[in-house]
Amino acid sequence: MNIPRYVPVAALSALLAAGLIAPLATGETAPGFWVEVLIGGLMTGVLYSLVALGFVLIFKASGVFNFAQGAMVLFAALAVARLAERMPVWAAVIGAVVIMIALAFAVERLVLRPLVNQDAVALLMATLGITFFLNGFGQSIWGSDIYEINLGIPREPMMVLGNVFEGGVLVNRDDIAAAITAVLLVGALAVFFRRTATGRALRAVADDHQAAQSIGIPLDRIWVIVWSVAGVVAIVGGVIWGGKLGVQFSISQVALKALPVVILGGFESVPGAIVGGLIIGVGEKMAEVFLAPPLIKAFDLAGGGIENWFAYVLALLFLLVRPEGLFGERRIDRV
Amino acid sequence: MKRTWRGALAVVALAAAASLATSGNALAQANEQFFPVLVYRTGAYAPNGVPWANGYVDYLKLVNARDGGINGVKITFEECETGYATDRGVECYERLKAKGPSGATTFQPLSTGITFALTDKSFTDHIPLITAGYGRADSVDGSVFGWNFPIGGTYWDAADILVQHVGKKLGGMDKLKGKKIALVYHDSPYGKEPIALLQERAKLNGFELILLPVTHPGVEQKATWLQIRQQRPDFVFLWGWGVMNSTAIKEAVATGYPRDKMYGVWWSGAEPDVLPAGDGAKGYNALVFLAPAGKGQVHNDIVKYVYDKGQGTGKKEDIGEVLYNRGMVSAMFGVEAVRKAQEKFGKKPLTGEQVRWGLEHLDITPDMIKKLGMAGFMEPIKTSCDNHEGAHAAMVETWDGKKWNVVPNSRYESDLKIIDPMIRSSAKKYAEEKKLPTRDCAKEDGA
Repeated sequence: MNIPRYVPVAALSALLAAGLIAPLATGETAPGFWVEVLIGGLMTGVLYSLVALGFVLIFKASGVFNFAQGAMVLFAALAVARLAERMPVWAAVIGAVVIMIALAFAVERLVLRPLVNQDAVALLMATLGITFFLNGFGQSIWGSDIYEINLGIPREPMMVLGNVFEGGVLVNRDDIAAAITAVLLVGALAVFFRRTATGRALRAVADDHQAAQSIGIPLDRIWVIVWSVAGVVAIVGGVIWGGKLGVQFSISQVALKALPVVILGGFESVPGAIVGGLIIGVGEKMAEVFLAPPLIKAFDLAGGGIENWFAYVLALLFLLVRPEGLFGERRIDRV
Repeated sequence: MKRTWRGALAVVALAAAASLATSGNALAQANEQFFPVLVYRTGAYAPNGVPWANGYVDYLKLVNARDGGINGVKITFEECETGYATDRGVECYERLKAKGPSGATTFQPLSTGITFALTDKSFTDHIPLITAGYGRADSVDGSVFGWNFPIGGTYWDAADILVQHVGKKLGGMDKLKGKKIALVYHDSPYGKEPIALLQERAKLNGFELILLPVTHPGVEQKATWLQIRQQRPDFVFLWGWGVMNSTAIKEAVATGYPRDKMYGVWWSGAEPDVLPAGDGAKGYNALVFLAPAGKGQVHNDIVKYVYDKGQGTGKKEDIGEVLYNRGMVSAMFGVEAVRKAQEKFGKKPLTGEQVRWGLEHLDITPDMIKKLGMAGFMEPIKTSCDNHEGAHAAMVETWDGKKWNVVPNSRYESDLKIIDPMIRSSAKKYAEEKKLPTRDCAKEDGA
């Protein structure tokens, strides 16, 4: 008997939804607090999505899984933070854009061009090399302290929905700013891909490299453009993360959370990066707050946060039932 | 033919020069004491690792430049980058342990995880580990942990002192009954070390202990602070390191938890921990042991003999920061241990085993502290075979937005009635598990 493909996905989604509302349904937690955790998860998910977008853009246009996206976020954030010590933040962001475009040129010239037509694994290893280079070089030139990016957003929390939930719901202004920025960025990317000639060329390359080349689309220029766009996305992610957490090496490690996001959402899908980020963000926060304490108690565990590995478990589950990701294109290889 | 001769001559000349250089080097090395320096100047923990390393190295340079070494024995040193990772720490240890004419003097890994790994090696390599303010709390017991020296304080002391302080704030230890204390800790051997003591204290004083682990590197704490918001503990103890500390303070601001109810261990109370949090860090408290921020005679000497000669390791303006001073004092322990051991073994390069004798006979009196130019920066220390710690006191300080201020009347000594039995029982258990021989410290200390 053939089970339709949507059944395991629907079953897994139903299971996750049940887990999501379980704390609320069992009365284990106050509704206001549940909403706070949900919002916290969504906001963290937005940050993951911003990094995941960079992965997706490069994969879409060149088929390269850019492991260096996290390092690019760190490099961009360090550039903005250190330049902002000498100039206004907006000028520092422009400076960082110039730096990231220069980086895109260097990557295309020194790494991608010599490796054209090589295996995807060779390109992946090359991006691993770029990761180590950017992490080390970034710290060498910009320093390894914790640097501030002051966006002028007050850090004190706001209480909202006081008339709906007892005590209200705590929301942070920088989270709201991050969410609005993410929406604007996705909108801008959508316009870029759909309404501009370059965007259409990028989509053509994504669909079929050889066909795109045969109609005169220069592949090297496209690669520079897409790495530059990924660099700008890295700046946006870096500025938001840096403004929230401070700019430091650890950003590049946390950015690796974008991996389960793209696994879950699909390597080639911009909406997948957004939805995947939100699912991972909400999933891990809910798991850490509501699932970890009873688990530790029931199995007398040594402790330890579960949110770090929970994101990957979630991605693996989706991988089992839908290998191409929620929004990924299904590949059928005919033998 | 001519060319061949010339080539051969050049090779011979080079070989002769190399052998001369080597023998010259060997001669020069003959009167040198080698200090391996395990540091982390890059990575997630670099903001805290760099100032400590600068203080440590500057002090070694000072002893050479000002005093001509330790009683004429020049100090040599080599840095090795661990990145705060245990595997890389062990790799550095293996690379440096046999360097110098008498091998490594002592290792100071500035990492509890690396300390745990090196402790097992110390039993066979006989190189002391100085872990001033970190490492295994039970390693105070020198009868079992013959090579570990947690000089100046352990995490059990720190946790005990914090409980005493919040008890005093409430108006007495009995007032702790029914209160909630949350421990936000780095999920590593370092962060887990105080749990045993706090659980013991929770039983004794009747407070509820909430354990909230934060995974490396500690920048994701949203869920942790949401739990704090839900459970509303009366106090939060912070056992963080590196970027985890400033993130914790920022998340406390974001969830509205009052900073004046937050208390950090002494590794969560330096400038890099509060500065990134800006005004939000005002009112945050932390412990200080050994070396608070500030400058004394020793700093003037470092400027005069090291920085003014262009030999400074870091930036001149960073001299006197909390972690710089702690690195400096940590280096001083190694230097003074060598000096002490020279009294018994002679003014020559000493082996790790000989330096261990010096470490077990350290007696840093107030007069000596003054002579070292460190008045106001440390407690007197007196070690023995039985007590590898030498002092167990700390103070509480508060960040006012610009600098750390010591809270008046906040000097505490940890309660040995509680801690000592824990140390002895844990050390005994360790010795039994590892089938280690124990030393008769009563006899050795009496000798």
